[in-house]
Amino acid sequence: MRHSRLAAAVLFACLLALVLLPWFAEKYYIQLFTKMMIMAIFAMSLDLLVGYTGLVSLGHAAFFGLAGYVLAFAAPQYQAANLWLSLPLAMAVSGLLALAIGVLVLRTSGIYFIMVTLAFAQMVFFVFHDTKIAGGADGIYVYAKPVAAIAGWEPFSLENHTHFYFVVLVLLVLVYALLRMLLASLFGRVIVGIRVNEQRMRSLGYRTFRYKLVCFVLSGALAGMAGYFAAAQFGFVSPDILGWHQSGSVLMMVILGGMGTLNGAILGAFAMMLLELGFQGLPVVGGVDIGKHWQLLMGGFIVFVVLLLPHGLLGLGRLASRLLRKPAEAGDG
Amino acid sequence: MVEAVLRTERLTKHFGGLAAVNDISLEFFTDQIHAVIGPNGAGKTTLTSLLSGDLLPTSGRIVLDGEDIAGLSADRVSQRGVGRSYQKTNIFLPFTVFENCRLAAQSRLKSSMRFTRPALRYDDVSREALRALAEVSLEHRAQELAATLSHGEQRQLEIAMTLATRPRILLLDEPLAGMGSEESARMVALLQRLKQAHAMLLVEHDMDAVFALADRLTVMVNGSVLESGAPEQIRASAAVQEAYLGTEELHQ
Repeated sequence: MRHSRLAAAVLFACLLALVLLPWFAEKYYIQLFTKMMIMAIFAMSLDLLVGYTGLVSLGHAAFFGLAGYVLAFAAPQYQAANLWLSLPLAMAVSGLLALAIGVLVLRTSGIYFIMVTLAFAQMVFFVFHDTKIAGGADGIYVYAKPVAAIAGWEPFSLENHTHFYFVVLVLLVLVYALLRMLLASLFGRVIVGIRVNEQRMRSLGYRTFRYKLVCFVLSGALAGMAGYFAAAQFGFVSPDILGWHQSGSVLMMVILGGMGTLNGAILGAFAMMLLELGFQGLPVVGGVDIGKHWQLLMGGFIVFVVLLLPHGLLGLGRLASRLLRKPAEAGDG
Repeated sequence: MVEAVLRTERLTKHFGGLAAVNDISLEFFTDQIHAVIGPNGAGKTTLTSLLSGDLLPTSGRIVLDGEDIAGLSADRVSQRGVGRSYQKTNIFLPFTVFENCRLAAQSRLKSSMRFTRPALRYDDVSREALRALAEVSLEHRAQELAATLSHGEQRQLEIAMTLATRPRILLLDEPLAGMGSEESARMVALLQRLKQAHAMLLVEHDMDAVFALADRLTVMVNGSVLESGAPEQIRASAAVQEAYLGTEELHQ
């Protein structure tokens, strides 16, 4: 009980910090945190598959990137897309792609599942890379950010970086709440059961394929939401955003933060992007540009975390709270 | 005459060239424990898996309430009222004992594609789970993690989960395996009680329990039925004595 209350307090403090940030931070940091929150939504969508349902997907960027392309198509040249139309459209297209891929890949499991998700995502990658669609390998610009106009009235403008920040923050909270609700529901109990022991779920009478498929589609649509805002913020879409690098990167975020907790996915997204910046900013020492080789440091750090913290960075928090509690309990006795 | 809840007709399963289950025709009635015994590798677990839908038969029929269910997947077979417990304990170790049973009870809802209301607010499901736990006297452990239970308790939990799916026929694969004598005695009493409302297939190595419980006994050897009949008849059979039962066991 005490543990969960502490976790809730920490969570609330983090949320408060995020709400207050724009009053204290410069534009650069507001945009950086916007990007981190977008990646956190992406990571949570993947955590639903990897951490809760036990489906390790190495092709999740396909859904993320496709939604970005949908936005690019919806905003040709300098014309802005309407947010209320293009966002649901982008999520629906990503969800449909997830449905099409899911029907095929969910018949496999384990290492085969990893391989076929990767294969399908690479197919999507090459569709955009090797054809003239949307600029081919060069990518395409999204010059104008989506407009949030409802019959002429515009409650906020995504061109304003602070507005953009708060829109993404609200969505982060909404997605978090949605997933929490989902995980506590009958559906949520089933998918967690599938991760632990799918064969037993089947023998209890559950048609596990259906539940996995719904989960896969939902996860794809949420990844699409993240991809949509990533494209809107960056103002540019290229095949890289749906390549396996991106898929690997988001999977790393989930693993780094701690799988199957949602909190871990958010923490992992924030931590990885901050670390990236931190490592890149390292100085030249004795003629070696350490910052340039940041990927080596990042790789080392992730290996370190995986080896020492089986529950990711979140496990560090758990460890700390247990250590803090020990003396208190000794006092009680 | 009473209609059999479940019967197999010339049920056969080949693994490559091996006939693991060969031409088996058996019947299961409510209020009757039908025990299947036989040496290791006789095909008892394969037979159970065929009945539960975990394996698909090569040929033959499985008739449940007059309908052929051979070829249906395990989830469909379960939904039709066939409940199975496994030889190797097959539960959700990281979940609480209660959640194990709740999940089993939840499977009887029309659909679990429900995304908003918390699972714990489905009172009927929770009540059903607790009823099943009470049936095996595990309700005092409800909030413990399944992984922390003793082996015997895990076996009981497995049965409780099966019961929570409200089956009409129980397929129990060595429910007494690895149990202490006290736990065994309790399980035998439980099975005695359960038989009143269920048809039951009991695969078991513990001969004391088998002869105490079985109303009908089938001996399998190398995938085939060697002998099938009342326990006394089996006990007296020379073929069975030779093939399987040690003489000691028969003179208890």
